[in-house]
Amino acid sequence: MGKFREGGKKEVPAISTSSLPDVVYMLLFFFMVSTTMKEVDLKVDIKAPMATEIKKLEKKSLVSYIYIGKPKQKFAKAYGTEPRIQLNDQFSNISDIADYIEAERQQKDEKEVPLMTTSLKVDENTKMGIITDVKQELRKVSALKINYSTKKGIRNDN
Amino acid sequence: MARKTPDIPSSSLADTAFMMLIFFLVSTTMDTDAGLSRMLPPPVPPQDVNDDVKIKERNVYVVLINKNDQLMVEGEPMHISDLKNKAKEFIANPADDPTLPEKDIKEVAFFGNYPISKQVISLQNDRGTSYGVYVKVQDELAAAYGELRNELAQKKWGKRYDDLDKEQQEAVRAIYPQRISEAEPKNYGGKK
Repeated sequence: MGKFREGGKKEVPAISTSSLPDVVYMLLFFFMVSTTMKEVDLKVDIKAPMATEIKKLEKKSLVSYIYIGKPKQKFAKAYGTEPRIQLNDQFSNISDIADYIEAERQQKDEKEVPLMTTSLKVDENTKMGIITDVKQELRKVSALKINYSTKKGIRNDN
Repeated sequence: MARKTPDIPSSSLADTAFMMLIFFLVSTTMDTDAGLSRMLPPPVPPQDVNDDVKIKERNVYVVLINKNDQLMVEGEPMHISDLKNKAKEFIANPADDPTLPEKDIKEVAFFGNYPISKQVISLQNDRGTSYGVYVKVQDELAAAYGELRNELAQKKWGKRYDDLDKEQQEAVRAIYPQRISEAEPKNYGGKK
């Protein structure tokens, strides 16, 4: 019977890779939608505190960030281990905050200035002294809307 | 004669897509920004620094945090886990206790005339207080307001506060306005 091949080597068919781009595109779109661009390179260590009564920050473009924490290991030699303020990409002093806020305002429309928010990203072990100074400085330049950046925590009572 | 256009090779499509994928993986972060929103008080002109507004003592809930992260509330030490329930009791004053805040009858949409307590929470911290504890206290106080609003919304509409429409939320907010006042910073015992 000629129906059965005898002794014929069976070849494994090659796996088709034509759907690979589709898979990769799918991943790509997922990441494009669900992530946000990094604002700056962090030079300080920040472990945000937890909170439950949090609100999401709206209008990312109207948010200016102030980072406060201990300088990262590699900067410890130059900047010490006391908590420092980081504005944009550099370590700064309290007195630089007014200029920073002013510079941020310059970039925005005049109408949007009252809506601008300052997000304070502070390490939870920082002492309040430096934060109080920052807040006083922000009040001086009338940047009154602030947001204490926190992680979402879970309330474990009741 | 219709000439057949040659197929564009698509074998490198995967490579370009991979490259873009890796770019996005490296240059973006997942975390969304969220936190506790607060308004700072406007700057005080220097001539009225001493012009403190007088508020009756029964209307003020004094919360102090010292440099060892210990809490003192209304003159007595308290653990942070008790703060929310005590604050709720103070804000709502359900039994009309004469030592807790006074109430003012005011006209509120949906509710008609409603007694609104004149509560103010005064929060004061030391320069040595750690930020984590400060945020925790702020969070507990916000939670106290949040729960009271939720309870009121449940009672009136059987819904959570977040699910109410704008006018309803406003009415609930008018009854329990969030009044957390932070004292002008004072320097106790130098920098530390």
